[in-house]
Formats: sequence, C-alpha cells, structure tokens
Amino acid sequence: MSWVTKTLSSSLGKKLIMAVTGLSLIAFLLVHCGINACIFLNDGGHTFNEAAEFMANNLFIRVTEVGLMAGFIIHIVDGLMLWKSNTDKRPVKYAVVKGEANSTWYSRSMGLLGSLLLIFLVIHLRHFWVVSRFTDVITSGEKTLFQEMTEVFANPIPVVIYVLGCISLAYHLLHGFQSAFQTMGWNHPKYTPFIKSVGAGFSILIPLIFAAMPIAMYLGWIA
Amino acid sequence: MNLSLKVWRQKNANSEGKFQQYDVQGISEDMSFLEMFDVLNERLINEGESPVAFDHDCREGICGMCSMYINGEPHGPNKGVTTCQLHMRSFKSGDTITVEPWRAKAFPIVKDLAVNRSAFDRIIAAGGYVSVNTGNAQDANSLPIPKDNADDAFMAAACIGCGACVAACKNASAMLFTSAKISQLALLPQGQAERTMRAEKMVAQMDVEGFGACTNTGACEAECPKGISLENIARMNREYYGAVLSSK
Repeated sequence: MSWVTKTLSSSLGKKLIMAVTGLSLIAFLLVHCGINACIFLNDGGHTFNEAAEFMANNLFIRVTEVGLMAGFIIHIVDGLMLWKSNTDKRPVKYAVVKGEANSTWYSRSMGLLGSLLLIFLVIHLRHFWVVSRFTDVITSGEKTLFQEMTEVFANPIPVVIYVLGCISLAYHLLHGFQSAFQTMGWNHPKYTPFIKSVGAGFSILIPLIFAAMPIAMYLGWIA
Repeated sequence: MNLSLKVWRQKNANSEGKFQQYDVQGISEDMSFLEMFDVLNERLINEGESPVAFDHDCREGICGMCSMYINGEPHGPNKGVTTCQLHMRSFKSGDTITVEPWRAKAFPIVKDLAVNRSAFDRIIAAGGYVSVNTGNAQDANSLPIPKDNADDAFMAAACIGCGACVAACKNASAMLFTSAKISQLALLPQGQAERTMRAEKMVAQMDVEGFGACTNTGACEAECPKGISLENIARMNREYYGAVLSSK
C-alpha cells in the first residue's frame, strides 16, 4: 500500500477527506446562495436568469462542476463508510446514554442530518438540475430557470421539503464548519473562537437565505 | 440511603451478559460509589453469591483503574472526577442507578464491569516513549522550554488512561487518549528524536486496536476526569499529517 493510500484510509485520513470535501462544499454553498439571492432583486428573475446562464455556459464553471460533483460523492461515500465503521466499534450498545450531558444532539447526528440532506439533494437536483441539463425546457427558451422556480414553489409540498432541508443543512453546518478546522489541526486559542463564530453565523445565515426563497415565492412576494 | 441498582453481570468475555437488579439499604451519603459496591459485594459473598467484579486501585482519582458507566455517563454525573471520587450524596435515596461496563470493541469485557484496556498499553508501546538516553536531570536553564509548552505538556500528561473518553464517544474513539500521549512528548525537547515515527505508529496502532474515528462531538473532553483538552486531538492531527508528509 502506498503511503498516500495508507494515510487516507487511516481513521485520521478519512476524517481529513470529510473536512476538505466539506469545506469545498461550504465554498460552493456560498456561490450558490449568492447567485440564487439575485431573485430577491424582484426584477422578474432577470438578473437571476442572466447569472444562471453565465454559470451554465462558462467553461471554468463547467470544469469546476465536475470537481463539485466529485466532492459531493466523496463526502457522501466517505461519510457512509465512517458511519458504518464507527458503528461497528461498539457492538453491544449501552442501555442508558446521557448524550445531552456531554455534547450537542446535532454533533452526534451528523450521519442522520447528512442522510436527510442526501434525500433533499436528490429531490432538489430532480427539480432544477435535471430539468436544466437533461431536458430542453430551459435551452429551447420554453421557460426560464426563474419560471421553473416559481412553478415548483407554487406548490406547498416542495416549500415544506425545502425548508426542512435548510434546517437540516443549518444543523449539519453548525457542527461541520468548525469541526472541519479541528480535524485539519487548526485549533488555537487565538483564532478558534473566530472560526466558531464565523461558522455559527454562516450556518444560520446561508440556510436562512435559502429557506426564504421558496417561502417568498410561495407567498407571492417574488414574481 | 436506599437505592436500586441495575448492574451488568457477565461471567466472562464469551458469555452472554444481562442486567441484574439489586436493592441496597443503609448506604451513607459520604460513601464513594465504589464503597457502595463494597457493601453490596460483602452482602453477596455472605449470601453465597458471586460478587460484582469491577476495576479499582488507588481510590483517590489518580490511577485510572475504575471504569463504571453510571446512568449513561462514564464515571457518573459529576464532572472532573473518577468513579472512586463520586460520592453517594450525588444521588437521592430511592434512585435507580444503571451501571454498565465501558462498551467498546477494543475493550472486551473480562467479567461484569471489568474490561480489558490493554489496547491502551499497546498504543503506548507503539511509540509513546522516549528511547534516547536523556541522562541525569540537567540544570533547568540548560534546556530552555517555553512556559506554554511546559504547561500544555503537563496538562496532556495528566491523562490517567482510564478510557472514559472511549466510553463516552459515540464512535468508541481513543483519539483523546492517544493525542494526549503524543502531545506530552511532542511538546518537550526530549520527545523530538522520535516525534515523526511516534505519531505515525501510535495512530496506526490505535486503528489496529479497533477504536473508532473522531466526530469532534467533544463528549470525551466533557467526560474526561482530568479535563484533557480537544486541542490535543488537533495537535495529534497536525503531528500525524506532518509525519506522513516528512517521514522517509
């Protein structure tokens, strides 16, 4: 086994993969949120559609998209592998566990929150990514991506699913953001409190902006 | 105090275990948790039953032998204490207390509440030592050590290897223990000679023993009777990544 394989398959290596891919997905969220937030300009989706078109046609973005998909897949597969291997490390479970005495519920539920996010991701990709990439609805000019959004979010069921997805995302990030830095060995009295504050702010703000989109469209604030 | 105990009884590593209920009466609130078990065991012996096996030694919180998982927490509900320092005044008369052994694949049960923690010894044996001859104690000023490093090394060295970190962790991870042992040597000049090899070998041994990976929940730090900090795990991660990149 080469030293690279040996390192990345160790318990610390697997965690490092989670941290690095997790941070790259956080960077993606920032871009995704920034572009989608264009709908709040309330200009009939004009700016948003232009931004979406730029993202769809820019070569650099398309190449980065491959990396993004790899990041998602590695994060999910590595997470599932860690969950399975960690669960096996305690074959006989405790009868009584007082988890709230020593840790937050969401830090103990990263696998569950991640699984909820995976379900949400499949629904989300089906709603927009599949429609824009694998059908000619958008490219033929039949509909804009903004119109597709307004149609999806006219129905209350997707709105509820998206809000629940954003809540799962918020708690997943609340632990994941600062945890990634700890895993990479970045823990210092000087800047760890700063990382934790930025992490908490990011975890609340970004999902809040995302959740506001379907709600605003459903209520007709954005048309 | 009168208490009801639900205690895990298991004859040996290979047998099936189960909870057994015991009612204990006339317990003084000044007794330690282990002394309460002594009272129970004396009664069981007098009744011709097998006493409850549990690990203990110094009974003053420094040896790291006691290891009970009490009402869902290692070493019970109080922070910064081992089971031997947990007193019955922390409970109310009439309470039902569930007592389980440390549960981890890497800590097989020997009998009842006693588990085999020799996996920790093997992690230490893999690299948690200084093999170079450091000679006699030198004049303090001939080997300058920054105060912060000395303090951090001392704090890491406070680990008594009881295994509460493993017991508390949802993944039965031994990273707090291993990182404390790596840290105490990595921070001092005497530990530099084997620094690279130490991080690699101890982490590899930790994985071989069957401990889980870290989810950074912080449960280990919260339950550690010696308050070993999560900063040590971050340091171990740095030591390990640095070691795999620089070793030949």
